Amino acid sequence: MSTATSSLPRTIGAHAVLLTYTVIALFPVIIVIVNSFKSRAAIFGAPLAPPTPKTFDLIGYTTVIGQGDFIHYFQNSLVVTVASLFFVLLFGAMAAFALSEYRFRGNSLMGLYLALGIMIPIRLGTVAILQLMVASGLVNTLTALILVYTAQGLPLAVFILSEFMKQVSDDLKNAGRIDGLSEYTIFFRLVLPLVRPSMATVAVFTMIPIWNDLWFPLILAPSEETKTVTLGAQLFLGQFVTNWNAILAALSLAIMPVLILYVIFSRQLIRGITSGAVK
Amino acid sequence: MAAAPKRPFRWHIVVFLAPAVLVYTAIMILPLAGTLQLALFRNINQSQLFVGLDNFRTLFGDPNWSVGFWNALRNNVWFFIIHMVVQNPIGVLLAALLSSPRLRFSAFYRTAIFVPTILSFVIVGFAWKLILSPLWGVAPNLMDLVGLKSLFTPWLGKEQYALTTLSLISVWQFVGIPMMLIYAALLSIPDEVIEAAECDGVTGMSQFWKIKLPLILPSIGIISILTFVGNFNAFDLIYTAQGALAGPNYSTDILGTFLYRAFFGFQLQVGDPNMGAAIATMMFLIILGGVCVYLFLVQTRLRRYQF
Repeated sequence: MSTATSSLPRTIGAHAVLLTYTVIALFPVIIVIVNSFKSRAAIFGAPLAPPTPKTFDLIGYTTVIGQGDFIHYFQNSLVVTVASLFFVLLFGAMAAFALSEYRFRGNSLMGLYLALGIMIPIRLGTVAILQLMVASGLVNTLTALILVYTAQGLPLAVFILSEFMKQVSDDLKNAGRIDGLSEYTIFFRLVLPLVRPSMATVAVFTMIPIWNDLWFPLILAPSEETKTVTLGAQLFLGQFVTNWNAILAALSLAIMPVLILYVIFSRQLIRGITSGAVK
Repeated sequence: MAAAPKRPFRWHIVVFLAPAVLVYTAIMILPLAGTLQLALFRNINQSQLFVGLDNFRTLFGDPNWSVGFWNALRNNVWFFIIHMVVQNPIGVLLAALLSSPRLRFSAFYRTAIFVPTILSFVIVGFAWKLILSPLWGVAPNLMDLVGLKSLFTPWLGKEQYALTTLSLISVWQFVGIPMMLIYAALLSIPDEVIEAAECDGVTGMSQFWKIKLPLILPSIGIISILTFVGNFNAFDLIYTAQGALAGPNYSTDILGTFLYRAFFGFQLQVGDPNMGAAIATMMFLIILGGVCVYLFLVQTRLRRYQF
């Protein structure tokens, strides 16, 4: 490559811009976490300073853990996210396999029908979804949330997974058929293991909006028993407007699990996006 | 025809498709259709009565509704414009810098800039509310460092600034998505094209404008439509930062919050599912319109440039 594309001033300029934006992106997150470990006086006295032994204080965390039912909310979120993810991946992969593997009448029409949901947000159907849940007695149950999120995640999952399943070699599947494997065995034993990396991508894409959603927990499951961590944090923050220690601690507690998961899976996520999974 | 052996019905196709289609139809398509249908009814004496387009007449004709609706729509359009004008150029710029060859730490930058995108609206809304709060003083202190303290006002509390501030917060949160998608598109440009450009003496900035930008236009189209759908369906950020009343004085009210208040009720307002359905129908039509414009105008025109 010619030197013109990577001259020194240009490289320095690129780093300067990227570093500036990184600071902008991380600053609010860092300042919230840093201040959550400080005493009230220090939060207001020197908000930009890191906690020193003198200003270090965990009062915020003790308030949050004492007052809020965060462990319970956390469990709810975990149940909802994991269950929805399981159904999205299983049902999505099955449908994607049917669409990409078999020729049958109405195949492309079915693909189009399932792809509709990528562009039209499920939220617009909320009025009727609530009526449906009331009629079937599912209001204030985690089942309602799991059903809604499964429906919400399926269109994109089917779309992405069928793109990947088209790449699985036909010879392999036909070899399996000659050996007398049933179509179900071919799907579960041969195809699923091969598309595992793309399943992980879909999992990450499906998981983030479910974990962070506020709309459906607010409308379908606002009871104390079924609150998710996002809704719980929202209400908790509303109640403690004046207790800054508690607010900052609650925010930090909400940020950290997501951040840790992200750091673990970021390679997977970024590889998923850059491999052209989302076209 | 008759000679061909009759194939047995392939039940496995049905088995593979059924769960996804059933859940999707029951929880997504039917409620969507149900909502559109509900917009044509009204609850009179505990029974649903068909009233045709009366709800829409109320929505557009009754000042109690129409003022709020047009205000929400106008705000939503502004919300979208800010995203298009700020988020996408920043995303393209960052992606272009990230994709430059042999850039060190690019994985670190990518990971760090994407962090806000994975956080929930509740966290983002509150964190920014605290930072911009005049009580705490992080924002005024920071502006003092560069000598701009006099410019500070409580942006989220002033009618003329609140919506723009919230749009910029949303841009801050979501800039990672255009960055990643454009980055992916830039990486997929074949090396031969770039080498050919370099042989012709097209390098640096002009290479970006003349060679790379036309090639990533389809991705920019996709990002625009994703932003459009996301913005006209937004709710969470406004709700967490400004509450369901979208204050100050409804200046940050967008269609999502308007729908929430209409359908679910808030404080003095009683929830009205039928009017909620009418508003949801309008949102549906707006989003459908945007998607159609994208599919028929943008995508057919852009496809020519694809490989």
